[in-house]
Amino acid sequence: MSSLDVNKTYKLFIGGAFPRSESGRVYEIKGANKKFLANPALASRKDLRDAVVAAKSAQSGWANATAFNRGQILYRIAEIMQGRSEQFVEEICALEGITTKAAKLQVAEAIDTWVWYSGWCDKLSSVSGSQNQVSGPFYNFTTPEALGVIALFAEGKPSLLGAVRTLAPVLAGGNSAILIASESYPLPAITLGEVIATSDVPGGVVNILTGKASELLPWVGSHMEIDGVDVAGLNKKQEDEIKLVGADNLKRISRFAPGNHPERILSFMEHKTIWHPIGI
Amino acid sequence: MIIDGSEKSLRKFLSDLPPVDQVGAEARAAMLATRSIKTSSKAWAIDMAISMVDLTTLEGADTPGKVKSLCAKAVRPDQSDLTVPSVGAICVYNDMVKIARTELDRIGGKSLPVAAVATAFPSGRASLAVKKIDTQDAVDAGANEIDMVIDRGAFLSGRIYDVFEEIRVIKEICGKKAHLKVILETGELVTYDNVRKASYLAMLAGADFIKTSTGKVAPAATAPVVLVMLEAVRDYFTLTGEKIGVKPAGGIRTTKDAIKQLVLVKETAGEQWLTPDLFRIGASALLNDLLMQRMKLRTGHYASANYVTVD
Repeated sequence: MSSLDVNKTYKLFIGGAFPRSESGRVYEIKGANKKFLANPALASRKDLRDAVVAAKSAQSGWANATAFNRGQILYRIAEIMQGRSEQFVEEICALEGITTKAAKLQVAEAIDTWVWYSGWCDKLSSVSGSQNQVSGPFYNFTTPEALGVIALFAEGKPSLLGAVRTLAPVLAGGNSAILIASESYPLPAITLGEVIATSDVPGGVVNILTGKASELLPWVGSHMEIDGVDVAGLNKKQEDEIKLVGADNLKRISRFAPGNHPERILSFMEHKTIWHPIGI
Repeated sequence: MIIDGSEKSLRKFLSDLPPVDQVGAEARAAMLATRSIKTSSKAWAIDMAISMVDLTTLEGADTPGKVKSLCAKAVRPDQSDLTVPSVGAICVYNDMVKIARTELDRIGGKSLPVAAVATAFPSGRASLAVKKIDTQDAVDAGANEIDMVIDRGAFLSGRIYDVFEEIRVIKEICGKKAHLKVILETGELVTYDNVRKASYLAMLAGADFIKTSTGKVAPAATAPVVLVMLEAVRDYFTLTGEKIGVKPAGGIRTTKDAIKQLVLVKETAGEQWLTPDLFRIGASALLNDLLMQRMKLRTGHYASANYVTVD
């Protein structure tokens, strides 16, 4: 018996739900073979605004969860991704035109990235924090704390790994994130949203938008509620542009070398120092 | 007079009221909520909404300090922008009235009214004698507005004349000193027909304002309920020539919600109700969102909650 294909509607991921773009717009993406692949949503500035509202309200709950619990949840994302690896491989192959073997490697590396950062969650304050010697009868501690809402412009290639390696460190530190998927290679990021929705990550901690970085960029830069930006997927000109509009609100704008490093977590954290009298 | 004040005439009047078309009311409210208000209209609506806010704190944990800081915010909602209008009123519990009144007079908010919730707010479960003292106490302390709750138990079990009498007695105590707002607690009235009946009952008994809810019960000020109440004040105006105000309270947290309310007012009661004298919004969190939206219009970029006060 033959049946009709049931094609997927690619939507955004905001506040734990999968809405279409408020603007009703979509855009076309083509696969590596130049053939039509999908019509993902074309997010507008209002979708970004909604994502920030969701991210802001979810952030304190996420930051206040114990670091151990955050680590467990990040590990859970890896578990769920493992079960969906075939779908990721298929999407990566169609988009990037690489071999199944290379795509499998990319998925495996993405899963490992989640595991790697999940381990960091409850070790970070020991490694980066300190007990300081001061000349007075005080205990003096320094500990890292999450910055707030971070916007991430994901790289195009590698499509899945690019998204995961910007997202995982931000979550590990207790920030909430707005991931703006690569314009030409968004499918793995959309599927990543579906994975995250079923991995015990509280709604709103991760929000995923698809569309044009160039359109969202000035709004990300000037939004007073966004505290940091990872510009991995932006070119030099766009990076300068966002730095210009972001200067007004002291946004922390970073670009990282590829690969996993705790510096990626700490870049979006603040260090807090506490003084406490000895003997009380 | 539409009724002669007797129980019989009140019952006849209320039972003769046409029932509310539930589906129609909900559809109309939903349709009006889709209207898009932009640029200069939005700026006007935000300022109008700010001037209509009854800035409220009704918590067991309220302190004189909290009430005073709320007073400062009521007079000048945004310290960095003097063009922001003052709010409509401060709404507090009985024992905070004097503190609020004194503080407002001190900081240049003489014209800002203080509203007190009275009559055993929020449940209304106390004897009439206690409710009378409660109200008298608030009026004596300098309350310009009294927000009373109706006895929902009596209303729902059909003792509507008791409810009527109670409002009448409280209105007498308010006299000319204080406006009377009657809280229907629509979330407990179950049907739109009851909302319509209770609205008329309150207006006939002498309410200057009818208010949806205490803010302690959900659902509170839903759009169809406000629509039914606005229709009631409009029709009451046609019948008697008297303009009664409406105050939705509870659940209105965003600028979008507030603007939807203003659209409802304009399209139902008419533009003459778009004044703080006839329409108020009971809220606490709403004001910050209105201020943030105002900043967005002024600066062109989205605002952050870090730039408004924590209340």
